[in-house]
Amino acid sequence: MIDDKTLADHNLTRDEYDFIVKLIGREPNLTELGIFSVMWSEHCGYKSSKVYLKKFPTKGKYLIQGPGENAGVMDIGDGLAVVFKIESHNHPSYLEPYQGAATGVGGILRDIFTMGARPVAVLDSLRFGPLDKPKNRSVAEGVVSGISGYGNAFGVPTVGGEVYFHDCYSQNPLVNVCCVGLAEKDRIFLARAQGVGNAVIYVGAKTGRDGIHGATMASAEFGKETEQKRPNVQVGDPFKEKLLLEACLEVMAKGLVIGIQDMGAAGLTCSTTEMAAKSDTGMEINLDLVPQREEGMNPYEIMLSESQERMLIVTSQNKVKPLQDVFSKWDLEAVVIGKVTEDEQLKAYFHGELVIDIPVKAVVDLCPAYRRPVEAPAFVRRLARFKVPGMPPDLDLNQVFLQLVASPDIADKQWVFRQYDHMVQINTIVLPGADAAVLRLKGTKKGLAMTLDGNSLYAYLNPKRGGEIAVAEACRNLACVGAAPMGVTNCLNFGNPEKPEIMWQFKEAVEGIARACRQFDIPVTGGNVSFYNETEGQAVFPTPVLGIVGLVDDVATIPAAGFRGEREAIILLGENKEELGGSEYLKLVFDQEKGKAPELDFRSEKSVLEVCRQAIKQKLVRTAHDLSEGGLAVALAECSIKSKKGLGFQVRLNDPIRTDALLFGESQSRIILVAKEKNAGKILALARKMKVKARVIGKTGGKKMVIWHRKKKVVEQPVELVRDAFKNCIPGYFRV
Amino acid sequence: MKFGVVVFPGSNCDYDTFHALQNVMEQETVFLWHKDSDLQQVDCVVLPGGFSYGDYLRSGAIARFSPIMAEIKKFASAGGLVLGICNGFQILLEAGLLPGAMLTNKNLKFLCQHVYIKIENNKTAFSRAGRKSQVLSIPIAHFDGNYYAPPELLAQLEERKQIVFRYCDRNGRLTEEANVNGSLHHIAGLINEQGNVLGLMPHPERASEKIVGSDDGQVIFQSIIDYWEKKPGGRKKKAGKTVRPVVSPLPPLVGSL
Repeated sequence: MIDDKTLADHNLTRDEYDFIVKLIGREPNLTELGIFSVMWSEHCGYKSSKVYLKKFPTKGKYLIQGPGENAGVMDIGDGLAVVFKIESHNHPSYLEPYQGAATGVGGILRDIFTMGARPVAVLDSLRFGPLDKPKNRSVAEGVVSGISGYGNAFGVPTVGGEVYFHDCYSQNPLVNVCCVGLAEKDRIFLARAQGVGNAVIYVGAKTGRDGIHGATMASAEFGKETEQKRPNVQVGDPFKEKLLLEACLEVMAKGLVIGIQDMGAAGLTCSTTEMAAKSDTGMEINLDLVPQREEGMNPYEIMLSESQERMLIVTSQNKVKPLQDVFSKWDLEAVVIGKVTEDEQLKAYFHGELVIDIPVKAVVDLCPAYRRPVEAPAFVRRLARFKVPGMPPDLDLNQVFLQLVASPDIADKQWVFRQYDHMVQINTIVLPGADAAVLRLKGTKKGLAMTLDGNSLYAYLNPKRGGEIAVAEACRNLACVGAAPMGVTNCLNFGNPEKPEIMWQFKEAVEGIARACRQFDIPVTGGNVSFYNETEGQAVFPTPVLGIVGLVDDVATIPAAGFRGEREAIILLGENKEELGGSEYLKLVFDQEKGKAPELDFRSEKSVLEVCRQAIKQKLVRTAHDLSEGGLAVALAECSIKSKKGLGFQVRLNDPIRTDALLFGESQSRIILVAKEKNAGKILALARKMKVKARVIGKTGGKKMVIWHRKKKVVEQPVELVRDAFKNCIPGYFRV
Repeated sequence: MKFGVVVFPGSNCDYDTFHALQNVMEQETVFLWHKDSDLQQVDCVVLPGGFSYGDYLRSGAIARFSPIMAEIKKFASAGGLVLGICNGFQILLEAGLLPGAMLTNKNLKFLCQHVYIKIENNKTAFSRAGRKSQVLSIPIAHFDGNYYAPPELLAQLEERKQIVFRYCDRNGRLTEEANVNGSLHHIAGLINEQGNVLGLMPHPERASEKIVGSDDGQVIFQSIIDYWEKKPGGRKKKAGKTVRPVVSPLPPLVGSL
C-alpha cells in the first residue's frame, strides 16, 4: 500500500494515484509508481500547460515535423532540413552550475541528433542574479564554463544567445539551450518502436544512480532543503556524447535504424514507453542486461536514472550485429535489452521476476491535464498606472548614455562568448554579439539565421505583450541579417503554476506568442515549459524565450553589425514614440521597473521588416541593427562600437517628444539601416512604397558619437571611451 | 598532393580540415582512422584540432598511444610532412615529436577568438608561401595553449629558428596583450629540427575562406603544397572532387572495427 508520504515524495496527488490504480487495474508497485511520477511530472507531462499550448499555430509551408517529437523540422531546400529545439536546465544549474549547464547542452544535442541531424549550432539564453553578489558570479561563471566545457569538446559551435541579469534570478537562474541541426530531408528519424519482435538496443554510456528524479525535481519549488538535491543533478561526458553522435549518424546512414530516442529526462522510462506508445506497440525488456556503472542497482533506480549520453534504438534482428559493429568501432556499448511486443504493455524483468507491467499509453498519453485557476495579479494594474516622472532638469543625458551602454544587460558579452568555441565546423559567418547568428550552408549561397529573444521585464508588466514582443524582436533580429523567419521554438520559464497569478502570466504569455506567430505566419515546432522557477515563494519574472530560425537566400548580402565607411547615411525605419515604460533607462535613472510595456502594432512591424529585408536583398544596406533595450541612442552606439574602423556618427533629430524618451525609449518596430549616400534615396523610396516611416537621421564618421535634438547637442562622447565602457563592464565583475 | 587527416575519437576539426584541404585548396584528402596503421600513401599527415579522448588526463596525452601514432612517428622520422593543429600540436608534444609542453591559458579560460600571428621564419615547408614578418589573422580555440619550455630549450629553439609563428598585434608588434594565452616567447607555431613536423595552435582551416572572416590560413596550406610540388619527385596530382560534408561524414569514415 502506498502511503501519503510516498505519494508526496513522488509529487503525486491522491486523485492521481487513484487514477493510476484505475488505469492499471491494481495498486502499482514502487517502481511503477516511480514511472508514473516522472512521466506525469510537470516537466514531462506538461499537465498545467497542455491546455494552453494547443493555442500555438503548428502548421506551415516549410514544416516537416511539428511538436511531439524530440525536435521540430523545417524544409530549407536543397534536400536539407533544419532540426531545432530549445530546452531549459534551470533547476540543476542553480544546484551545480557547471554540470547543470553542461548536461543541459548534452540533452538538447541528443534531441537533435536522435532525429538524424548533425548539430551545427547552439545558442543559449542565460539569466542570472546581479553580478555584484559573489554567489551570482559563481553561478554565472559555472554555467558559462559548463556550456563551454561540453559544447567545445563535443565540437558544436555556440554561436549566440543572450545574457541578462536581475535579482529575481538570484536563486533561480535560467539556463535555456537551443540547438540547431542539419539533416537530409528524406532521412529524418523518429522515436518509433515498430515491428513486433524487433530488437530494443541500449547504446552509449552505462546507467548509474545519477539524476534519479531529475524531472521531478524540476517540477517543484525550491525550498530550504534544496541544496540536498544536488545528487539529482547528472554528470556530463561530452567525449562520450561525441562518440555517440558519430556512431548514431553512422548507423542511420547505413540504414540500420528503425526508431531511436534519446534518454533524457526520465531516462529509460521515457524512451521505452514513448517509443512504444507512438507505435501502438509494447516492449519487453530485461533490466539485468542494462549496462550498469554501479553494483546493486534496483529496478526503480535503473528505470529512473537520468545518466547522460544514452540512447535507445529499435531495429530488426538481422541488423543487430552490423549495428553493434559500428558502436564497437566507436568504443561504445550496444546491448540488446529486449524486444518490441504487440500488447502495448511495458514489461520489465529483473532477476527473472516481472517487476513492471503497465500499459504504455496510460503512462504517455493519459497524464492528467489541469486547467488551473488563473487570476491577474494586483500589481499588474498598479504598475501599468505608473506615470513616468518628468525629466529631472539637472539630468546629464550624455552621462546617462554612457551608463546605459555600460549597464550589464546592454554591455558587451564577449567575456561569455569567447569561452565558447563559436567557429568549429567553419560555418559561422556572423559571430556572436550581432542581432542574429548566421551559418553558411556549405555548397550553397544560402545562410541559416537564428536568434533567441525575450524581455522578461516587458513580460512582467504585461505578459501578453511580452510574448508578442519576444516573437517580434526575434523576427526583427532575423530581418537585420536579411532572413525571413521560418519556424519557432520556445522555452517558457515561469514560477509555480499552482498559484493563480503565475498561471495567469503563463496563459497571457502563451496567447501573446500564439497571436504573434499567427501574425508572422510561422509555426511553433516545439519547445519546453519550465515551471516552479521559484524559491521560498519568490518567482522569477515570467520569461518566455523565443528561438526563431530563418533563411538568408544569399549570404553575400548580409550587412555588418557595425558601421563600415565614413559619411554613409544612417536611416531610421519606424517611429519614435514617447514610451519609457519598462525601459532600461527607467530602471537605471529612476530605479523603477514600472509603466506600460511598449506598444506593438503587427502591421507596421511586418512592413518595417519587409523593407529591411528588401533593402538587404537589393544590396543597398551596409549595416543593419534593430532597436531594443536602451533605444535609439544605444543602438547607434552599438553600431559604432562594432565598427572595425571605430567610426562615430552625427545624428540630428527633431521629434516633438521628450529627449530622454527619444534617446532611450524602447518603442518597437524600429531598425537602423546604413547605406552609401547614393543608395539612401532608394531605401526611402522602398519604405514609402510599403508605407513605412523612414528618414535619414544622420551620417557615420568621425571619432565621436554625437546626437542633436532640436538643435541642442544632447550626446557627445568619444567612440573609444564608450567602447571601453561597453567592453569592460562584465569582465570588471570577474577581476577579483 | 595527397593529405591525410587523422580521426581520433574526440577529434572535432577533422571535417573542417578535410573541407579546407579538399574543397578549398583542391587537394586529394583522405581520413586516417586512429585504429589503423595504414597511412594510405599520403604526402602530408594532418593531426586536426578537437578533444581527442576528451582531453581527459591531459590534452593529447592518450591520443599518442593510438595505433596510427606509431606509423606517424615512422613517417616523420623518414622526413614525411606532419602538421599538428591545436589538439594536434598538443598530441605532437605528448608524442615527443616536438619539444616543450602546453599549460592552461594564462586567464584560465577557454579562448575562442581571432588572433594575429607573425611569420617569424618563412623558410620552412609550412610558411614559405608567406613573407617574413607577414601578419596573418587566424582564430584560436583552446584551453591549453600556453606554450612552455625550459630556458635552455627556448634559447635553442630561437637559435635554430624553430619558432615559425608568434602571437602579435595587427601591426606585428609582440605586445603582452596580443599574447593572449601567455605562451613563452609568444610561440604560436613550432617546427622540429629536421623541418618536417610543425605544431600550430591557431586554426588555419578556420581561416581558409573570406566568407568566414579570413583566408590567411591558406598561406600555411599553400606553403605545404608549394614545397611538395617543388621537391624532387613531387608533382601535381589531380584534385579530388568537391565534397559537401553536411550530415554524415563524407566520404564515409571507414576504418577497421
